[in-house]
Amino acid sequence: MKQFLKTTLLVAATIWSVAGFAAGPTVPLDEAKVDLHDKASLQRGAQLFMNYCLGCHSMEYQRYNRTFNDLGIPEDLGEANLQFTGEKVGDLITNAMPAEAAGAWFGTAAPDLTLVARVRGADWIYTYLRSFYVDESRPFGVNNTVFPNVGMPHVLQELQGVPRKTTEQRMIDGEMQDVYVGIKTDGSGMLSESEYDQAMLDLTNFLVYTGEPMLLEQRRLGWKVFGFLLVFTILAWLLKREFFKDVKKK
Amino acid sequence: MKKLIAWFDERIPMTKTWNIHLAQYPAPKNFNFWYLFGVLAMLVLVNQILTGIWLTMNYVPSADGAFASVEYIMRDIDYGWLLRYMHSTGASAFFVVVYLHMFRGMMYGSYQKPRELLWVFGMLIFLVLMAEAFMGYLLPWGQMSYWGAQVIISLFGAIPIIGDDLTLWIRGDYVISGATLNRFFALHVIALPLVLVILVFLHIIALHEVGSNNPEGINIKKPKGSVPEEEKPKFKFHERFTNKYDIVDAFPFFPYYVVKDLVGIGIFLFLFCYVIFFAPAMGGLFLEPPNFEPANPLKTPEHIAPVWYFTPFYAILRAVPDKLLGVILMFGAIVALFLLPWIDRGKVRSIRYRCGFHKVNLTLFVISFIALGYLGLKPATEVYTFFARVFTFLYFAFFVFLFFYSKNENTKPVPERITK
Repeated sequence: MKQFLKTTLLVAATIWSVAGFAAGPTVPLDEAKVDLHDKASLQRGAQLFMNYCLGCHSMEYQRYNRTFNDLGIPEDLGEANLQFTGEKVGDLITNAMPAEAAGAWFGTAAPDLTLVARVRGADWIYTYLRSFYVDESRPFGVNNTVFPNVGMPHVLQELQGVPRKTTEQRMIDGEMQDVYVGIKTDGSGMLSESEYDQAMLDLTNFLVYTGEPMLLEQRRLGWKVFGFLLVFTILAWLLKREFFKDVKKK
Repeated sequence: MKKLIAWFDERIPMTKTWNIHLAQYPAPKNFNFWYLFGVLAMLVLVNQILTGIWLTMNYVPSADGAFASVEYIMRDIDYGWLLRYMHSTGASAFFVVVYLHMFRGMMYGSYQKPRELLWVFGMLIFLVLMAEAFMGYLLPWGQMSYWGAQVIISLFGAIPIIGDDLTLWIRGDYVISGATLNRFFALHVIALPLVLVILVFLHIIALHEVGSNNPEGINIKKPKGSVPEEEKPKFKFHERFTNKYDIVDAFPFFPYYVVKDLVGIGIFLFLFCYVIFFAPAMGGLFLEPPNFEPANPLKTPEHIAPVWYFTPFYAILRAVPDKLLGVILMFGAIVALFLLPWIDRGKVRSIRYRCGFHKVNLTLFVISFIALGYLGLKPATEVYTFFARVFTFLYFAFFVFLFFYSKNENTKPVPERITK
């Protein structure tokens, strides 16, 4: 039996590693160090979202008051500073842009962002938000390395400044060649490069939160359930041992 | 209390049923780890039914409302997320335990005479479970729900002559739409669960008629009068079992295996709850990321893969260049399992006493199944398709080889009694 399991695992592992090579390369994503315990970051992220994203992107499965309560924002403060279109505090975070009009303006309606972190992952969002660059061939004058030919304008340009793809001259195979080294801003934005990165991390953090607003509660409850199961299993084992004393006797 | 029980016993076989099926049911004394999965499958079935009932209370079965209602359950219902994760994790857990339960049956020859019908009921349960899971997966109405269903239903279109009409009949529309969602909902919440419960009942009745097999594959029922009194277990078994046979090497299912199973259930629940509370999406295997985007009939996802428990069969389908032949082979993979009691012509049940080639054959079968499951998750590139073909061949080769060598197999002598 042991031999059997060993062979099975070994062969499975071999197939796994051979098969792994065929996956195609994509743009490498930067790691987003999100932290759902960091309420200040989540609050800043919410502020960015409400000010810059909500104009086009709804968050139609999430409610204002749930967000305020989870993020530690008093409801009256939230209502005064983060709600712009006169909804009630218990309403879902929707917006007023008609999908048909959005299709005409941007080529496609802006997707709802409630669950974007569960679809794309935090790293993708974090990298995407920092990967716009000037491209005059596009309708809005910008493109994105993570999402080529994206229909979205760079709405955060006033924060980041004008980002351009930069290249460096490097010696390759005996020739000087231009090598792409990343996106650099011209510094005209309101934020420095590191401030912008932090702001985008805050926004990503907020989107991770809205994807799974129950996540912290879920984990807390998980530990309690483990505690219960530990006691249950030990008691069950003791019970089993007690009962099996008669089996051994007979 | 005694009076009350007597009152019932005069009107319904209450105590008798309890005794026949639990308190005086002889279970072989050498059950091991692999004998847990039947009980675990029952546990998961109960979990699915209970959480399903509560999910139904807030789920909206319409193309407009389904996706939002799932998110409503996740966010606005107290512990709605827990119900939903218990249900979604339960679906995958069901297949994990059922696959292991089936493997146990194959390893110890539990399908062999006289347990052929028991095995067939089990296979029917597996078939209904696949239909149940497939229809349930459409209900969240996400991108993968929609496109996965699209791919699987279109398979029926490969059937000559009636194919197109058949797919139309299944969908109730020319594309997957609210009409499909509504009928899948009806089938998922009442029709199939009902069939499933009836089949589980028949599975257990059939099991208790022929008696449980065990890791040695040795019969615990000996001819009446052949066992000396001092070798008989000192437990009371129901006369239904002792009338015709002397029972050896067994003890009653209740309380002994019930308390033993409780320990197993505890350990299983650790794993189950780990997924529920700490990894409900299981890295995209149990809940696929594209399914967090609402179904969009105009936007096909880059890569469509069914949920992991269908992928071994999906890989077989894709391994064949011809669509109709692929569909036939895919269903053939399941039919072959149905026929296992008749394909295996051996007289020795347990792998412990069968020939070395059988051990190799079964090992290769398991490897093929796992490998096909992995390949079914991946895009069909040239390398992957090549591997899928190799493993499809090995999958079917298991049955072909088994049919031939089992007739005159070089087996080890099987002991008379279970020692241990």
